[in-house]
Amino acid sequence: MSRIAVSLTVNGEAARVEVEPREHLADLLRGTLLLTGTHIGCEHGVCGACTVEIDGVPARSCITHAGSCDGATVRTIEGFDDDEVMAALREAFSQEHALQCGYCTPGMLVTARDIVLRLPDADEARVREELAGNLCRCTGYRGIVRAVLHVLAARR
Amino acid sequence: MKPAAFAYARPLDWSEALQLVASGARPAAGTQSLGPLLNLRLAQPDMLADLRHLPDYAGVTVTGDAIRIGAGTTHAAIEDGAVPGRTGAIMAGVARRIAYRPVRNRGTIGGSLAHADPAADWVAVMPALGATAIALGPRGERRIALDGFVTGIFETALASDELLRAVEVPVLPDAVGWGHWKFCRKIGEFSKVTACVLAVPGAAPRAVLAALDGPPRVIADASALMADTEAEATRIVSGFPELDDWRRAVAQTALMQAVAAASQP
Repeated sequence: MSRIAVSLTVNGEAARVEVEPREHLADLLRGTLLLTGTHIGCEHGVCGACTVEIDGVPARSCITHAGSCDGATVRTIEGFDDDEVMAALREAFSQEHALQCGYCTPGMLVTARDIVLRLPDADEARVREELAGNLCRCTGYRGIVRAVLHVLAARR
Repeated sequence: MKPAAFAYARPLDWSEALQLVASGARPAAGTQSLGPLLNLRLAQPDMLADLRHLPDYAGVTVTGDAIRIGAGTTHAAIEDGAVPGRTGAIMAGVARRIAYRPVRNRGTIGGSLAHADPAADWVAVMPALGATAIALGPRGERRIALDGFVTGIFETALASDELLRAVEVPVLPDAVGWGHWKFCRKIGEFSKVTACVLAVPGAAPRAVLAALDGPPRVIADASALMADTEAEATRIVSGFPELDDWRRAVAQTALMQAVAAASQP
């Protein structure tokens, strides 16, 4: 099978890779670049575990082909170490028991950060609506919602 | 699951894209609908033509009383107000309820229309707004009314050598009534039934009933539905004998809810 050349920036570092056309971004991140913080759940865009940032906005890496990311800037959960909002969310997730097994957490945090930055006035109903695309099977969501609301409130 | 193998092409101009499609390549935009079908191996194309890098694929331009929306414009851009005026406000409300924000960031209006999943949102809403598809083929652009664009499940009026270039929607007056009601048991999932009603002052109200496992049903003159809503909704859904009783009941509710919303001042 023919392979295609892809140049992209991942967590601030340039990467030049060759991918199979059918390879999705999550497999490139995990298998080739060894960034295993991005988790694969349903692999058809429903569960949200694979959510990463592509060109500054959250996207599903399981239904985004690696080949379509030529020239893109990708940020995975490993790329938010110095991010102030993510630091606040990590702390809040810990405080509010917003994770148990942690499988959904990388995608949950990328979505949560988008909520905090894009919807500073979000109330609980809006936070729940926006989190609907990230499934968690452990927590029942209460802790996650509280954590996001906590960070939103702290920034007002 | 992983997709079956396919080849990948990234056309940089429209004539190259048209050649690829004419030779059998499957056009791909945000792949937010196609990607799942590929991963589940329900779709197994030989080649994808990635349209995302084509010039003017995304973007909104207003000319007189028409708004031209590039097929590659994302749901998120529409949610965030890329389309101006009352038309834009209606579309922003619809866009916000399509799947989830990370999906809306890549999924496109043209991709969704050309994909023609009966349960998708724009296939229901665009005929209600009186939109027109702009198809591009070897002989140039062709206009196709959205009322009739979707012809079946995953089937459209596009010819096999045509691409969806843009969609044109009318500039609506501020005073239009609008109702859009869809039934999802979970936020973001595919609709089980969708109804839309557009009431423009001085014109016949229009209604669409969609997400019923086939092309949307357009009711070009919904005056009777507006006047005698429950009886007329009952009559309309009785025209779907293939549906389960509960689905027909939800369809009736959808029509009544959409009329109620469109009737509010």
